[in-house]
Amino acid sequence: MIEQVLHTLPQVLIDGLALGAVYAIVALGYTMVYGILELINFAHGEIFMTGAFVGTAILLTFSGLGWITSMPAIITLVLVLIVTSVLTGLLGMGIERVAYRPLRNAPKLITLITAIGISFLLQDLVRFITELKNGNYILTGPNLFNKQIGIEASSILSVFNDASVKSSFFIVLGVAIVMMITLDFFVNRTKWGMAMRAVAQDRETAALMTVNVNKVIALTFFIGSALGGATGVLFAVQYGTIDPYIGFILGLKAFTAAVLGGIGNIRGAMFGGILIGLLEMFAAANLPIVSHGVLGAEYKDVFAFAILIIVLIFKPEGLFGKVTVEKV
Amino acid sequence: MKNWLSTIQANKRLQAIMIGLYIVVTFLSLYLAQKSVIAFLLLLASLLLLYFTTFSNRIKWLVAGLVMVVLLPFAASQGEAYQSYMEVATLVGIYIAMALGLNIVVGMAGLLDLGFVAFFAIGAYTYGIFATSQANNFMPFGHYPLSGGSFWVFIFIGCLAAALFGILLGIPVLRVKGDYLAIVTLGFGEIIRIIFNNLDKPVNITNGAMGLASVQPPKLFGLDFMYPSQFYYIVLVILLVVIFAVRRLEYSKIGRAWKAVRENEIAAQSMGIHLVRTKLMAFAVGASFSGMMGVVFAAKQTFVDPTSFTLLESITILVMVILGGMGSVPGVILGAALVTILNLQVLTELTNWLNQLSLNGVISIPDALSPAKMQRFIFGAILILFALYRPQGLLPAKNPVFKKEDLTDTSGHPPMNAGVQKEGAQHVHLDS
Repeated sequence: MIEQVLHTLPQVLIDGLALGAVYAIVALGYTMVYGILELINFAHGEIFMTGAFVGTAILLTFSGLGWITSMPAIITLVLVLIVTSVLTGLLGMGIERVAYRPLRNAPKLITLITAIGISFLLQDLVRFITELKNGNYILTGPNLFNKQIGIEASSILSVFNDASVKSSFFIVLGVAIVMMITLDFFVNRTKWGMAMRAVAQDRETAALMTVNVNKVIALTFFIGSALGGATGVLFAVQYGTIDPYIGFILGLKAFTAAVLGGIGNIRGAMFGGILIGLLEMFAAANLPIVSHGVLGAEYKDVFAFAILIIVLIFKPEGLFGKVTVEKV
Repeated sequence: MKNWLSTIQANKRLQAIMIGLYIVVTFLSLYLAQKSVIAFLLLLASLLLLYFTTFSNRIKWLVAGLVMVVLLPFAASQGEAYQSYMEVATLVGIYIAMALGLNIVVGMAGLLDLGFVAFFAIGAYTYGIFATSQANNFMPFGHYPLSGGSFWVFIFIGCLAAALFGILLGIPVLRVKGDYLAIVTLGFGEIIRIIFNNLDKPVNITNGAMGLASVQPPKLFGLDFMYPSQFYYIVLVILLVVIFAVRRLEYSKIGRAWKAVRENEIAAQSMGIHLVRTKLMAFAVGASFSGMMGVVFAAKQTFVDPTSFTLLESITILVMVILGGMGSVPGVILGAALVTILNLQVLTELTNWLNQLSLNGVISIPDALSPAKMQRFIFGAILILFALYRPQGLLPAKNPVFKKEDLTDTSGHPPMNAGVQKEGAQHVHLDS
């Protein structure tokens, strides 16, 4: 049994890493917004999804114009990433302005309900725009990077099976790492990053220290949403087919990652994302083997939610978070 | 306008004439114009008008009972559309009971539950499994399917099973607060659905994605309940029990404890309210209503499968509660009725109408925009607009307001007689 698990391990690690990178960046959006507003931005998964659709739409337009063949794929991708992230960033800012800012002092329950509403609204908007243009809401984008690369893992350890990687995997991983490092630098080393941390710590005091709180919150939404949208493009490039409902469950898992890493903690969210991605792929590949076919791969979602529930119950501050004391 | 309203409010005889006239007119129009959905809805709306009259509660209930038990089924029964009207009315009843259940959890206790449909699923599967031959696969004794007579017992079993799961969910979840709670319950709802979807191996319990078909119809004194017009009465009876229970609970000790916990947990705790017990009660009671209706739903549809219990359903029930007004029993009833009718009647009718128009070449509406597919959009918009502009809902919750002089007892009357004077607006603070 263990041998079987080891056989699939290289492939599981590669797939898990790709998925984990996606989770990690989406988790960043959750963790940044939660850190600053103490609000679960349910709509973030949908922003990710919108990004995937916008990106695919741009790619499809490019291929219609014949640009894809004439330009190097990487330049196309960078172009698409920039355009998409600006658009989704503005979308995120708009959502904050319209739906969250008027409710900033309202009870949390109400804000949460608006967030769910936004998320449903976006799903349906994207659905019917796509269906209108395309006749079908499931969209398949052009393949940018589809060279299969074999990794001879069996030469390292004989129990491993060989794994194969789509070349887009390296792109996804590379872009993800660049985005995470940039964000980390931005938050920890720049003036605006300092303002963000100040607002997260204490909104009133930060305002007294001449930090423009509204601007900082809008910026946070912009960055989080831009990252989320860009990740959507990466997701579309890696997995090919997208539909308007991918965002919700993926967002939930990314939120799990953020909670696992300690919500509000940016490095924790990155780590949590990678971990959840690896665990999920591991579960999907090995649950049937370990349980002798009793539990199918379909239980991988149960697995992710179970992690969320267990973390929230036993270590609600997450792996790297600080314990907060409730003040009366 | 205001003057006019207050004259009507002051004059009970005028009210009686108006409501009577309204009921008679809508009754006749439904009786004569069978195909008219509008007449059917207008007759239902008489109950709403009745709510706004100033008669005593007893008279309101009597008239409402007359409309629901006699007039509505009789007027509808004259044509072919009878069963489809009753189907809608039955589903409205089922959703009202569920929304009232969720209202206890969200509206009264302030615990946002996004996986509420899981309890409905548990009720449905409880009856579904034992009322089909499915139970033969794993039960060591007994012969299945059980006869339809067991349905009446299963209403209680479904209720208990759902309450049990409510408590099971509640125990771990209680360590989690506010918005985390929403996520955990959402996860729980998905887990239950995935499990039901996959529990066909190693032992085939739920028959997986295939679902359970040909569930036994309920049986009473040798009479099989097969048609929506018959289920209508079952639902009506259960609904009455549910509304009665909710009304009694609301002003009971536990009901006041729920509201206290909603307003401020720490303050409630320091006033001697047992937090865990109070929250668990909310989960259990809310879930039990849902479980009961799950049993009825399984019997009515004669088919249970996991696709009926998606997240969209949970959100639909939440929309009902928000639309009507969190914590307000009449509001939630109104919200549930509106949303269900919108879902089943208005959207489908509108789609048919638009299809008809595009067939005739008047306008061309692309298939993507057909209203029947727009549920998510409409529900999302309702949630946002109500949260932003009217968080208290259509019929806001009211708290009884006591007159000061009645309470201070200066005239020698015992304070017990201090009556509930007039219901005033309640200010809802939902701090989590």
